[in-house]
Amino acid sequence: MNIIEVSKLHKKYKSLTAVENVTLEVGEKEIFGFLGPNGAGKSTTIKMLATLIKPTAGTAFIGGFDIEKKPHRVRQSIGLVFQENTLDDRLTAAENLYFHGMLYNLERRAMTDRMAEVLDMVELADRKNALVKTFSGGMKRRLEIARGLIHYPRVLFLDEPTIGLDPQTRNRIWDYLHHLRLRENITVFMTTHYMDEAENCNRIAIIDHGSIVALDTPVNLKKMVGGELITLHSPHRSEVKRIIGQTFGLAVSETEEYLQLEVESGEAFIPSLAGSLKGLISSISLRKPTLDDVFIKLTGRDIREEAADSWGTMRAHMRGRGHQ
Amino acid sequence: MRAAKAIYIIWLRDVIRFYREKPRILGMLGQPLLYLLIIGNGLSYSFRMASAPQSFNYLEFMYPGIIGMSVLFTSVFSAISIVWDREFGFLKEVLVAPVPRWSVAIGKALGGSTIALLQAAILLLLAPVIGIKLGLVVVLKLLGMLFLIAFSLTSLGITVASRMETMEGFQIVMNFLVLPLFFLSGAMFPMKGMPPWLETLMRLDPLTYGVDALRNIMFADSPAREFMVQFPLSTDLAVVAAMSLAFITAGTLAFNRSE
Repeated sequence: MNIIEVSKLHKKYKSLTAVENVTLEVGEKEIFGFLGPNGAGKSTTIKMLATLIKPTAGTAFIGGFDIEKKPHRVRQSIGLVFQENTLDDRLTAAENLYFHGMLYNLERRAMTDRMAEVLDMVELADRKNALVKTFSGGMKRRLEIARGLIHYPRVLFLDEPTIGLDPQTRNRIWDYLHHLRLRENITVFMTTHYMDEAENCNRIAIIDHGSIVALDTPVNLKKMVGGELITLHSPHRSEVKRIIGQTFGLAVSETEEYLQLEVESGEAFIPSLAGSLKGLISSISLRKPTLDDVFIKLTGRDIREEAADSWGTMRAHMRGRGHQ
Repeated sequence: MRAAKAIYIIWLRDVIRFYREKPRILGMLGQPLLYLLIIGNGLSYSFRMASAPQSFNYLEFMYPGIIGMSVLFTSVFSAISIVWDREFGFLKEVLVAPVPRWSVAIGKALGGSTIALLQAAILLLLAPVIGIKLGLVVVLKLLGMLFLIAFSLTSLGITVASRMETMEGFQIVMNFLVLPLFFLSGAMFPMKGMPPWLETLMRLDPLTYGVDALRNIMFADSPAREFMVQFPLSTDLAVVAAMSLAFITAGTLAFNRSE
């Protein structure tokens, strides 16, 4: 049996379907990424798996435990790192860990060793007795990851673990996660809306409007885009589209900023493309597809365009149901 | 065992945080001291209650009431810190742990009561200044009673807090719950000789019985006892105990439902 088995999970609020028909399996020691714009249903799914909210329909098992029938067994076998800081910043790092260990019923004596171990993993051993309010954002995040691990969970859930952190700190968090997974034999289930970060995952589910639209390895997902991408900037868009359609029989996708087409081998294609569009374009660029492109292909939108918009709707939504 | 550990840890967190915030301890003592020194002395010199016996001293009468006030404020505010925790996340960490919700509510109730009790104990040190002599047994009885009062009031606070979304509701709680409970408790004036409507309200205020219990214990041998005390100690104790049970049940249920 897989460590996480989710089947046809649904979550409906009065007028809104937050999660629809989510089915997925995660194998042991996998890093599984849940990718999608804000408000797509990522956090709601994690909350259901962590037994914080009840699904409207469907089933899920974590480590063989049913999330609805054995919530406490599920809770004991997972570690959770939330989007927002949930440390008590008036307590020291060690106290935060100790409290967590007690809540998860660890033996007091075993806990001392374990605390030293997890603090060491995230390189905070020297700050053990410092108040958390003196920590930087990255240090707090690392401490939360350490805390999530202290009770030997089998799955570590991370909800946007690197949100609000600078790129350098983000990379460091990722180093820790890779390292921890090997050392602790742990499965990592994480959400993110940073496409570049999702590359760190073994497999990715792309979620949009509550449903999974694709689920595969990053390499395979990128293959969906096919070949390479040519981006054109042009003041004469419709003309350019017409010529490419007629001359090469290729479909052109359009965003607010640019036109884009997929080709097998870009370097060989550009000379003839440029030749036929003489005077109509201001720039041409060629690149390998990224997960962003996969997302655009699957949903017709850019994940970054979504961000601004869906924050607004999500906040309104949260107010509506009174802070989940 | 799991639940016991959870209760202990939630309690310990409140106590550690209280201990770390020394300015808060001073700040919370400031209010009762102001009441006692300024209002207590002021009223005691300006007015003389017509029905009061010769041996009656207003400052002595008010002293247990002010301790009751301190317990009331501290208990309710400690409980309301739940709202704070919810807004700033720590509560989440507790609520996802594999522990029953009721243990969180009870831990919180015990934490708040302990802090309120510590405050009250500091105020008890003032007894000689007021001119009241307290024996060890009386002090122990008072502390026990104070803990029971604090526990019931913290539980009441938890019940309220579990329905509050943000700290914005704080003023409402203050004006429509905490202050009426205080003013009607008989902390500042005796119930005897009040107009019937006021007396009825005072009888309905659970804190009345708490303050009365403190007077019962503190002034057991005082000549003015008859004037200061309204009910037998057994009635007070029964009401406060019933109130503790009712409020902790309500608090636990409300906490179970909230999220």
